[in-house]
Amino acid sequence: MAFFDLFNYWIFIVLMMIGLYTVIVSPNLAKKVIGLSVFQSAIFLFLISLSKVRGGAVPITVPPAELYSNPLPHALVLTAIVVSVSTLAVALAIIINIRQAYGTVEDDEMEKAEGH
Amino acid sequence: MQSHLPALIVIIPLLVALVLPMLGRGHKPWFLATLATWGVFAMTIALELQVSGLARDPSAPQTFLSYPIGNWRIPWGIEFRVDALNIFILLVIAMVSAVVTFYARLSIGSSIPPERIRFFYAAWLLFITGLLGVTMSGDIFNVYVLIEVSALASYTLVAMGRYQSRKALSGSINYLVLGTIGASFFLIGVGYLYSVTGTLNMADLADRLEPLHDNRAVITAFAFLLVGLSVKMALFPLHGWLPDAHGYAPPIVSALLSGVAIKVGAYVMIRLIFSVLGVEFSFVKLPTGPVLWVLASLAILLGSYTAIQQTSLKRLLAYSSVAQIGYIALGFSLANENGLTGSLIHIFNHALMKSGLFLVAGIISYRLGEADLNRLAGLGRKMPFTMAALTAGGLGLIGVPLTSGFISKWYLVTGAIERGLIPLAVVILLGSILALIYVWKVVEIVYFKPVSDLAREVTEAPWSLVLPAWTLIGASLYFGVDASLSSSLAQRAARLLLAQP
Amino acid sequence: MRDQVILRVVTKVTIPFILVFGFYVITHGELGPGGGFQGGVVLAAAFILYGLVFGLEDLEKIIPRRLTDAMAGLGVLIYTGVGLVGIFGGYNFLDYTPLRLTGADAAESWGMTLVEYGVGITVAAVMVIVFREVSLAATAEK
Repeated sequence: MAFFDLFNYWIFIVLMMIGLYTVIVSPNLAKKVIGLSVFQSAIFLFLISLSKVRGGAVPITVPPAELYSNPLPHALVLTAIVVSVSTLAVALAIIINIRQAYGTVEDDEMEKAEGH
Repeated sequence: MQSHLPALIVIIPLLVALVLPMLGRGHKPWFLATLATWGVFAMTIALELQVSGLARDPSAPQTFLSYPIGNWRIPWGIEFRVDALNIFILLVIAMVSAVVTFYARLSIGSSIPPERIRFFYAAWLLFITGLLGVTMSGDIFNVYVLIEVSALASYTLVAMGRYQSRKALSGSINYLVLGTIGASFFLIGVGYLYSVTGTLNMADLADRLEPLHDNRAVITAFAFLLVGLSVKMALFPLHGWLPDAHGYAPPIVSALLSGVAIKVGAYVMIRLIFSVLGVEFSFVKLPTGPVLWVLASLAILLGSYTAIQQTSLKRLLAYSSVAQIGYIALGFSLANENGLTGSLIHIFNHALMKSGLFLVAGIISYRLGEADLNRLAGLGRKMPFTMAALTAGGLGLIGVPLTSGFISKWYLVTGAIERGLIPLAVVILLGSILALIYVWKVVEIVYFKPVSDLAREVTEAPWSLVLPAWTLIGASLYFGVDASLSSSLAQRAARLLLAQP
Repeated sequence: MRDQVILRVVTKVTIPFILVFGFYVITHGELGPGGGFQGGVVLAAAFILYGLVFGLEDLEKIIPRRLTDAMAGLGVLIYTGVGLVGIFGGYNFLDYTPLRLTGADAAESWGMTLVEYGVGITVAAVMVIVFREVSLAATAEK
């Protein structure tokens, strides 16, 4: 059935939407950042699932095989994971500073502190 | 002899950025950073001469410079590829960074604690490295990685404004969340393109995508790529992060963000629409033109209108940037030579004007502590040179003849009329009128109001701050009177983009 | 957590294995799954485990702040240095050909291993820095 053939794309979409929903709806900054992480993990799933070739062997040349799975998306996803982790680190550093400056990490309380 | 300039332009600021945290306090970080940016500017000029030489030489096999990293054969390796479009944007980045870094000594020295200054300059150089790399890279995934490198550095730099106002922190985290979502959408687009073609090299992608115009994955990829890049270039309606981030960051950070970083986002979009996916796919098959016309017009009108209502100089300039990006988007969405030339030349002109204006805002912060508009009352008499720069830059934003803003608007209006799109020409002129209102608002306070108590003791700023601001604004005036250099470079790039088969 | 005997003893026993595994993952990056980033994170995990169980002051004694700051830059300098060796040898940036140190075919091997070590050192240092700074900020709050 086409649905089950494409299940990796479905999971990618579902996870991506869960992540985006968390980012948009959570008032707590730390939860927003977690949602961002989930969203990015969905993208990594999508990229890696592109590399699997049905009937392909693991891409190591010894012992030799006829059909290999594609190793390039793995390198792309590794780089993207590094970028994602760095973003998470910078985000946490900023959130710690927000906590020190505002006393809270909730959206609505921060706006109240600015007198909006 | 292979020229190593493309690699060196990126490596030198990177190496200097790594060395800076090991230095102590004092002015050594600023000095080395200034040397690095000046060196990059010199190398970019040398690279421009090489590319021009290739274009003029009839026996040269190609009109671009290709630098394969690690000597891996294209299209398997990552290449840095410099052609007429790249080199134009590189010149903008290098020139503005060199001037602004020189200005930074007093501006940063007075607004950031001494023990953090060396880290500030390290992040600053990494930010510039990322922008230079994005412009030169010929591999679409490499573009994503370098976009993120410069973006991460810029989130940190914006947050450094916290020593003046804690709203810099909330602006920075908002910028981070939206910027990361945008970059992730770009990555999804790259993933779809890779799944269809199997290559990441942009020139190779252009070849392989030619027969695939009806492929749904390619159309989806295009959508994701454009949305992601719209966040990065702050195109309406994805500009929400810009006013807070540019408004509360340290002035030199705003100068580089508004002047250069969003333009690099626009460059990537131009590259994708014209070179990778092609004019036929983007404008004939898909309604990219009309969509961009509407969004750009809304950006121009709503951006300028919101700028009129601001009470802080930096936020006013930030909303003005939203409108100016609208002009740039309008230009390339016309898909004809005049429109594209206008778009590219406005990238150049606005970079000069807006960076200069933000440097002026920095001078005001340096003397007065905050750039709230009411506090500027009467400063025209106390700081004549600075306020003259503010007025000249403002005239450029309006597009008065003899300023470079006029040259860009001329090309844009000509391009719109050529396509028969009179409403767009009207929008461009309306934008100028709205800009006139917000510039007049500032000029009136500065020259025609009595001096406020705050400004009573103020004198003109130190020359090391005024000179860079005047260099940028003066350059924008010069290129308004004699636009031959900028318009020839822009036209050459526009012709190259439209000549794709 | 140093009053928990089991945690203390098990940590002291496993940390050397984690470190060796980390170096193994970095070195094997050119032949199989592995590489700089993965190995660097495993190395950092060893130090973070020590910091969690024995406290930040003891972690400071093992890896002082100046060492992590220096290592963070050193790794990238190794990477760029390998790239510049390519330029000085007359080839392009990051061309491994001048690195024919142990035989004509070994250039790729040497190049990749050095580059992976550079990445691994930087990643490990940065992870430890992030852990230390976040913990300090959290404990300073209390």
